Amino acid sequence: MIHTFIGNFGHLMVIVSFVTSLLAAYAYFKVANEQQLDQKESWRKFARASFYAHALSVVAVVYALFHIILNQYYEYHYAWAHSSKVLPLEYIIACFWEGQEGSFLIWILWHALLGIVIINTNKFWEGPVMTVFALVQAFLASMILGVVIGDFKIGSSPFMLTREVISAPIFQIDPNFVPEDGTGLNPLLQNYWMVIHPPTLFLGFAATLVPFAYLIAGLWLKKYTEWIRPALPWSHFAALVLGAGIIMGAYWAYETLNFGGYWNWDPVENAVYVPWLILVAGIHTMITFKKSNTALKSSFVLIIAAYVLILYSTFLTRSGILGNASVHSFTDLGLSGQLLVYLLFFTLGAIILAARAWKDIPSSEREVSMYSREFWIFLGATVLTLMAFQVIIPTSIPVYSAIIEAFGGISNIAPPADQVAFYSKFQLWFAVAVAILSGVGQFFFWQKMDETKLKSELLTPYIVSLVLTALVVTFAQVFDIKYIIALAAGLFTITANVKILIGLLKKSSFKLAAGSFTHIGVGLMLIGTMFSSGYSETISINRSGFIFNREFPDEVNVEHVLLFYDDPIKMDDYEVVYKGRLKEVKGIPGYVPYQQMIFTDDPYVAIAETDITVDGKVYAAKGARLDIYQPENTFYEVTYKKGGKDAFTLYPRGQINEQMGDGILASPDIEKYWDHDLYTYVFSIVDDTQRKWSDVEKQTVKIGEQFILNDYVATFEKVETMDTLEGEALADGEVALMAYVKIEGKESTQYLKPIYAIKNGMVGRVTDTDNELGLKITLAGINPESDSFEFNTQSTQKDYVIMKAIVKPHINILWIGTLVLMFGFGLAIYRRYTEFIKMRDKGVE
Amino acid sequence: MKKVHLFGIVVIAVAIMVIISTAGDASSYVNFSEAKEMFDNGKTTKIHVVGELPKDAAGQVRGIERSEDNLSFSFILVDENQKEQRVYYNEPVPADFTMAEQVVVIGGYRNQETFIADKILMKCPSKYQETEIK
Repeated sequence: MIHTFIGNFGHLMVIVSFVTSLLAAYAYFKVANEQQLDQKESWRKFARASFYAHALSVVAVVYALFHIILNQYYEYHYAWAHSSKVLPLEYIIACFWEGQEGSFLIWILWHALLGIVIINTNKFWEGPVMTVFALVQAFLASMILGVVIGDFKIGSSPFMLTREVISAPIFQIDPNFVPEDGTGLNPLLQNYWMVIHPPTLFLGFAATLVPFAYLIAGLWLKKYTEWIRPALPWSHFAALVLGAGIIMGAYWAYETLNFGGYWNWDPVENAVYVPWLILVAGIHTMITFKKSNTALKSSFVLIIAAYVLILYSTFLTRSGILGNASVHSFTDLGLSGQLLVYLLFFTLGAIILAARAWKDIPSSEREVSMYSREFWIFLGATVLTLMAFQVIIPTSIPVYSAIIEAFGGISNIAPPADQVAFYSKFQLWFAVAVAILSGVGQFFFWQKMDETKLKSELLTPYIVSLVLTALVVTFAQVFDIKYIIALAAGLFTITANVKILIGLLKKSSFKLAAGSFTHIGVGLMLIGTMFSSGYSETISINRSGFIFNREFPDEVNVEHVLLFYDDPIKMDDYEVVYKGRLKEVKGIPGYVPYQQMIFTDDPYVAIAETDITVDGKVYAAKGARLDIYQPENTFYEVTYKKGGKDAFTLYPRGQINEQMGDGILASPDIEKYWDHDLYTYVFSIVDDTQRKWSDVEKQTVKIGEQFILNDYVATFEKVETMDTLEGEALADGEVALMAYVKIEGKESTQYLKPIYAIKNGMVGRVTDTDNELGLKITLAGINPESDSFEFNTQSTQKDYVIMKAIVKPHINILWIGTLVLMFGFGLAIYRRYTEFIKMRDKGVE
Repeated sequence: MKKVHLFGIVVIAVAIMVIISTAGDASSYVNFSEAKEMFDNGKTTKIHVVGELPKDAAGQVRGIERSEDNLSFSFILVDENQKEQRVYYNEPVPADFTMAEQVVVIGGYRNQETFIADKILMKCPSKYQETEIK
């Protein structure tokens, strides 16, 4: 049955939300412009009602889409394309924003909620700020409107039926056909980060609108200086959340997605990094303005730029323009025109408003002194801006090509061949400059400086950081000059800011210390990045001198190792052994080896071949049913040994994912130490369906005898009579025998257990196939006269994995740095928000 | 000249440097003949070649050769002018390689015969969108 109601309801609510946002925009426009108080109040009532109605309809849209996904209405394309029956609840939630429409929706929802916060915390600013909010909502709602006028399509609705999107022949036979199951959330994305990263990032996106809206309000009502105060706490909030979203993405990429590192300078990553940098630069100029009435114009430019860049990044990731250039942009929904209108409307609108007001915006004509606070902060903001500029120029290369081609030209420019090296060579030096400036700048921020005072203040951090640098260089063996400089700069900003922090804590309140914390965080991040990226080392390297071909005999190193099952090899200081494949089973901690399971036709169900014990406790008795957690996930046990003893065992994951081809999607496992991570992932595996088995070989063996099986020496230990066969008790006259064949490998001992049975007067044989050992053995017959048994054996190549292992030193310093930075932002929000509340309650704003 | 002007000049200088370096380090999309020409002229900059994997009569990708230890491989790429070229790549075969609708290789010729890729990008049709009902 097709549940038409919920989809129609959802679609209607999208239209309602679009209309109410337009109404709210118009009404708030009236509120802002109206001079007569009673008129203003009645418009305000209407405007609020419209916006609340808008927010309510957005919630209704979210509810409708969620209802469709949760109840698995696969007649809806969105549910069919993004969800499936077997997903646990948290991933069903994640399905919501896997698609473009859902991610627009979560963005709209955040705006609606932030709008309500603005309504309830502002007096003076409500009208103009909410006008901007409501307008933005109208643009965003139009993206999911799904209205077709003639050939013109506005928005892509998430409430399309599967039959409207896909023209499969089945729908001509039966229009009411409902697909049995959805195609599921891409297994690659089935991870808790998929649950929290996108909403965080979109909250960050949504939050950048707030300072921008205050700025537009300031331009509009000619309050050129007053908008800064309410905008400042929100700028900090946006920087905090957007920063957290970016870092979560980086951590996700590192820990699960196996992009090789935490940051790859992919266009999609760059597209959010750039507005974040600009926003942070804007925060600096806003603070300067509050302290010393300068840098107001640059605050205007930077806050406008930050929001425009958010729109630009939306355009880049969603219009399909990045095409080949990125690994993780959305597919094109045909919204590029609409996205472009959205981008241009706010870009041009803000520029026109700012240009008209430009000459009226107060600016300081004073010559800036080297010993002034504003000089240093402004310098810092400039470096941040250049840092962003350096990233956005090459990231936009696909856009230049598109523009050239739109005018009939031919463009063959491509992004730099080695993106990481290209961006790093600039960003490193900008980061060094930022670190040094944030060390020095803090002293200017807190006290009046002159030459002698500066010298005396800087002397201690200067000496301390140099001594620390010397120590680290010696003990951690940092001998590359550019990394030594980065280290010194990072240590300098840390020591300088710790000194400031101690001074602040001694005499004034804790909340003023936000700046110290954020800058200490930046210093730590710089050092952590320097170590973990600069000194990242692939240890699975094979210097055997491999050559590509005879024509090109230069030797190269191979960066992966091939590990045969149970066959240790040397790698760096370790000896590494691949110990087989495992699955996750519900109710059993850790992983269960394939060798303890008999698989059934249902990928979600297996039978325990022996008692499954973990730490002495039996979790599943022999013959019990095992519920496999996610059948597409296989784990590969890799044990690292040092000095003959097991050091640790890692379980990198492989996903056999039909959606992505029949290959394997790797997810690493990481052994974490305080001073480094050992990152291991499986690059490729043996495809069991492609195995070639040898011809059957017959061997006649007596109990206790040894025989050769492929590479192994096998011992035929014993034969046991079984009471049950495949879960069923045996009747009188029925017999089942299990042979125990012991296989001694280099590292471990295994048993193969073929079965010979007589049931209902028929002879049955159960072959034991061990894909890891590459052996198949069948108990073919019994010769009572010679007391011997006949085995049919087949062999194939042993199981192997191709693996890569990388050491990332001191990556924890990076993560700690990000936490310190986020904490600093949190403190700043608190401080700036209390300032705003104080002024608002005095009736100033 | 005021300090602020000096400051402005420095900023502009850095910005110009960034643009020039971007232009200098930007790679280009070329075909194999152009890439060969660049090699013959002594240019060793890395370039992008976009192409497809050739298929045999049975629809299987042909020409993939793995090294003995499986740790690297080579394949044939057909560029926009239908020119076939064997490309060597010092990594194991990626998971969804044979599924790729389009392959971009980043690298260059190292001699008359040998094109070595430093990186390959794959465009897979089904990566993020479903198009068929099963």
